[in-house]
Amino acid sequence: MCAVDVARGGAHGSLLIAPSNPPRFAPVTTTETLRRTPLFDAHKALGGRIVPFAGWELPVQYAGLLKEHAAVRTAAGLFDVSHMGEMKIEGKAAEAFIDSLVTGDLTKLPDGKAVYTVACNAGGTILDDLIVYRRGRERFMIVMNASNRDKIAGHFGAHAQPFVARGELSFADISDETALLALQGPKAVEVLRHAQADAAITALPSFGLVDGIVAGVRVIAARTGYTAEDGFELFVHAGANSMGDVTRLWNALLAAGKPLGCEPCGLGARDTLRLEGRLSLYGNEIDETTNPLEAGLGWVTKLDKPRDFLGKKALIAVRDAGLPRKLVGFQMVGRGIGRHGYPLHAWTGSESPSGAPIGVVTSGSPAPTLEINIGLGYVPSALAEIGTKLGVEIRGKLVEAVVVKTPFYKRARP
Amino acid sequence: MAKYPSDLKYTKDHEWARIEGDLVRVGITSHAVEQLGDITLIDLPKVGAKLEVHGNFGTVESVKAVSELFSPIAGEVVEINGELSDKPELVNDDTYGKGWMIVLKASAGLDGLMDATAYEAFLGTLDH
Repeated sequence: MCAVDVARGGAHGSLLIAPSNPPRFAPVTTTETLRRTPLFDAHKALGGRIVPFAGWELPVQYAGLLKEHAAVRTAAGLFDVSHMGEMKIEGKAAEAFIDSLVTGDLTKLPDGKAVYTVACNAGGTILDDLIVYRRGRERFMIVMNASNRDKIAGHFGAHAQPFVARGELSFADISDETALLALQGPKAVEVLRHAQADAAITALPSFGLVDGIVAGVRVIAARTGYTAEDGFELFVHAGANSMGDVTRLWNALLAAGKPLGCEPCGLGARDTLRLEGRLSLYGNEIDETTNPLEAGLGWVTKLDKPRDFLGKKALIAVRDAGLPRKLVGFQMVGRGIGRHGYPLHAWTGSESPSGAPIGVVTSGSPAPTLEINIGLGYVPSALAEIGTKLGVEIRGKLVEAVVVKTPFYKRARP
Repeated sequence: MAKYPSDLKYTKDHEWARIEGDLVRVGITSHAVEQLGDITLIDLPKVGAKLEVHGNFGTVESVKAVSELFSPIAGEVVEINGELSDKPELVNDDTYGKGWMIVLKASAGLDGLMDATAYEAFLGTLDH
């Protein structure tokens, strides 16, 4: 046996293990000081297996990844995602300011609604994917990836300076004092009701948000998530005097959810759930070498929105030139699992690779709900058609795969 | 079942070996299984394959992990557990029983392998 090691701490982090990397099963040693969420002790008490992840110590699983994955698809699951970063941006210039840095059209975002969007650099490649929450006309909160927190807070903070100087904007990175719980699954609403959530919270529409109370704890509740399932994300203030609130809310949700089949869930299930739903993971599908158009995020890239935004010019050029490569979903046909970083080839029927790879797998794993092995990867646009056969290079041999429609999993809507 | 049965020998790569006459049955330890989580795919060699000590004899994959398998001894593969192809979860459920992987005809002794006590002590050195 060899090397169970969290190979990539970046991004939300792929949890993939590099087969050639020693040491075997050894604890990951690092000089980096890992941070703990307010729920660290609760995770330990629940038997969570703690791993380093994007600079944090977080549970990769509790009872087991498959059990947790199934709980979210059929009942509910509770995740501690307090490692995610948050910015608070308020003031009369807030809308225009954020609109100038993201691909979405914030002028169309109503109060009390959130939108998934992307922040690009001037070259049109991706700095981070974000959810922008509009709490009021001039009040916004933006959620960013833990691994990008310093970069994005720095980026937004620097661009905010002139507005702040003119008194038109306030900007704060509130990541340190903000905990985040994600309650996901078809029974998430019912769990919230059992946990005495305000009616305004359980009545939220998809991507709606509202301030309220759950289990006696003050939260910002949003009907958002990262599992391709119905669900909620609950932001809780975690300052010096309110740390206990986070634990109280976590325990109350677990207790309310237990009779309904709700399980505490780790990062492992979070990753398989998002992959089945074809939700991008920063560091895998998207990064500063990819643009949103080739990543399949054209639907959040509003090139025709009225305001100029960072990267717009470059993205228009990319669109006009045509995309040389595209992110596609594939399903393994042969026996094997195509994983992050594995080379992709055109399939010729032979298991020996001939010539250089034509693309690369960005994420790949068994899909527990579908009971097939799936993945995402970049291929030349000519090979991006549904039904195109690909060869995934797995430990030197090509294994057949086929390009399929995504998302791999889509929940039944009532 | 003990976590590390006393009738088995162990490697630092977390395989176990059980002597059965002049044959040796091989699998992975419960420590390895815990670290891997839910096992979804196992690749084993063909019967007749000749393995060196520490020779790679396949891979085991869980949802999140890929790990190579290393032979505890030199020898020839005389049997593989074909059931694992369809039911890799047998390793999660019963790694010292139905989750065995290969049987080797040993071409040398089991010198250098650890007993259960030594293996547990070794695991202690891996902890935080």
